[in-house]
Amino acid sequence: MARYQYQHFGYVPPPELSSRPAPSRYPVVIVGAGPIGLAMAIDLAVRGIGSVVLDDNDVVSVGSRAICWAKRTLEIFDRLGVGERIVAKGVTWKIGRVFHGDREIYKFDLLPEDGHKMPAFVNLQQYYVEQFLVERAREFPDLIDLRFKNRVSGVKHLKDLVTVSIETPDGPYQLTADYLLACDGAKSFVRTELGLEFAGKLFEERFLIADIELKADFPSERRFWFEPTFHAGQSALLHKQPDNIYRIDLQLGWNADPEVERQPESVRPRIERVLGRSDFELDWVSVYTFQCRRLERFVHDRVIFVGDSAHVISPFGARGGNGGIQDVDNLGWKLVAVLKGHAPEALLSSYDDERIRGADENIANSSRATNFMTPKSGMEKILRDEVLDLAGEMAFARKLVNSGRLSVPCSLGGLPLQTPSADAVLEPGSPCKDAPLRKDGEDVWLLNQLGEGFALLSFGSGPRIEVTDIAHVHVARPGEGELQDVTGHAFERYGDGMTYLIRPDQHVAAAFRIPDAAAICAARDRALARP
Amino acid sequence: MMIDLGSDRLGPSGDLFYAELLQAHEGLSPEDSARLNVRLVLLLANQIGDLDALRAALAKAKERFER
Repeated sequence: MARYQYQHFGYVPPPELSSRPAPSRYPVVIVGAGPIGLAMAIDLAVRGIGSVVLDDNDVVSVGSRAICWAKRTLEIFDRLGVGERIVAKGVTWKIGRVFHGDREIYKFDLLPEDGHKMPAFVNLQQYYVEQFLVERAREFPDLIDLRFKNRVSGVKHLKDLVTVSIETPDGPYQLTADYLLACDGAKSFVRTELGLEFAGKLFEERFLIADIELKADFPSERRFWFEPTFHAGQSALLHKQPDNIYRIDLQLGWNADPEVERQPESVRPRIERVLGRSDFELDWVSVYTFQCRRLERFVHDRVIFVGDSAHVISPFGARGGNGGIQDVDNLGWKLVAVLKGHAPEALLSSYDDERIRGADENIANSSRATNFMTPKSGMEKILRDEVLDLAGEMAFARKLVNSGRLSVPCSLGGLPLQTPSADAVLEPGSPCKDAPLRKDGEDVWLLNQLGEGFALLSFGSGPRIEVTDIAHVHVARPGEGELQDVTGHAFERYGDGMTYLIRPDQHVAAAFRIPDAAAICAARDRALARP
Repeated sequence: MMIDLGSDRLGPSGDLFYAELLQAHEGLSPEDSARLNVRLVLLLANQIGDLDALRAALAKAKERFER
């Protein structure tokens, strides 16, 4: 298979610099056409809101960068219309193996249960994800205005509008928008322009990251080594990607010189020792430092930070790209509800509450994994070594071995938009669980039955109730209704007789054993932050 | 009765305990770190309070030096 062919999307003069009509004010301007900015534009478009997407470049990410897409992210991608394509192209995996030296100390299975449309993880290079998202965005020509080679050079924000200055090959222009979404990555220009502090921690550790092209048939697994003989005293990670590309991460220590280490003559011998062979080609190499930082708040009047511009997280948990897509999932429906006048602007502050919880969870997990991987003192090294030594035999010690706690969705339970429930089988704040169903003789998936708005999701024989303006999805026993739980997974995951109010981002807002219209409406109003 | 030392009883608290243990050692000299560990052993032994369990743990811990 040929290596990825980078295509230039090209520059089109914007209406402001040509004879095409330009509105005086746009509802949403998105800065950055990476996976987060593109997913954001699509999420808004499927809900009927248009946006202008600005990017200084006109090509997808160079190098594979984010490669591990977690189940919840794949479900979000599926809602946006690219999930099936990503799964089809990517390498599906769910088994991880952890080695100490050359001895396997344990193996884990990330999705031990059946009955989910999406797998635990798919590995796919970020450039493919961006390409698929660009192609999907182009299916909304009336709503998504992709503007490549449009570099943001200034941002001014007032209480209720944002003015953006932009440089193009044809010269500068300005846009005014109701909201600006900063999806411009870890080195966010918008964040710098607003003078916001990006506080956190730098870990004194460097890793080499290399994509290599190799014709080999390694299994679709994540492999992690502590102190392998091929890379003495350090850690190593191997991931499989499509197109015969493998990702190898090697710990270098703090004294490594990044400029020297990224040279092919330094990288090749290291990789040869990992693989025990030299018939590979280097596709992409980078050296990175671990950092965990976040903004104190993500919402600054009409400027909202999404993804790495809001928080950066050390790797080895696949929590950067996946965390960013969960930001998109959380913000999209809220911004649309506010723009359409269905919810007060106060709803947007729940994006801060909910996604700061997610970012803090990601930062805590990622910091602990980094501390395990890179002991800072003799005592920390002894503690780590003894845990690894006990891990082969003792289950409790295996649980302490930390090669990265892989991204799982954050629960929004206990936060203000959710209505507490004593009866819930699936707790308010949880993302909905998928399940196989049958509809008109066809196999379908539960998550695909949920639309773009709020939904009432009910199961089995409990009382049925209809509420105006809320779509109702009823899952019946086999042979009893339009949508049937033929495997029993749905009833087991949600409870026979239960009714749930589901948010537009497929999270449980409220749960009812005995539903009534007034309580459902109150829960919906609460989830929209209505006074 | 067999003493079960291996089963995980920390559950999701494992990572937190590990982090707090690292934190407790932060900034200590090697000797003080050793003292901290001994104090922990004594406190935890008393918390367990079962000589058979403690003997089993001692034996398991010592295996490392008898290989």
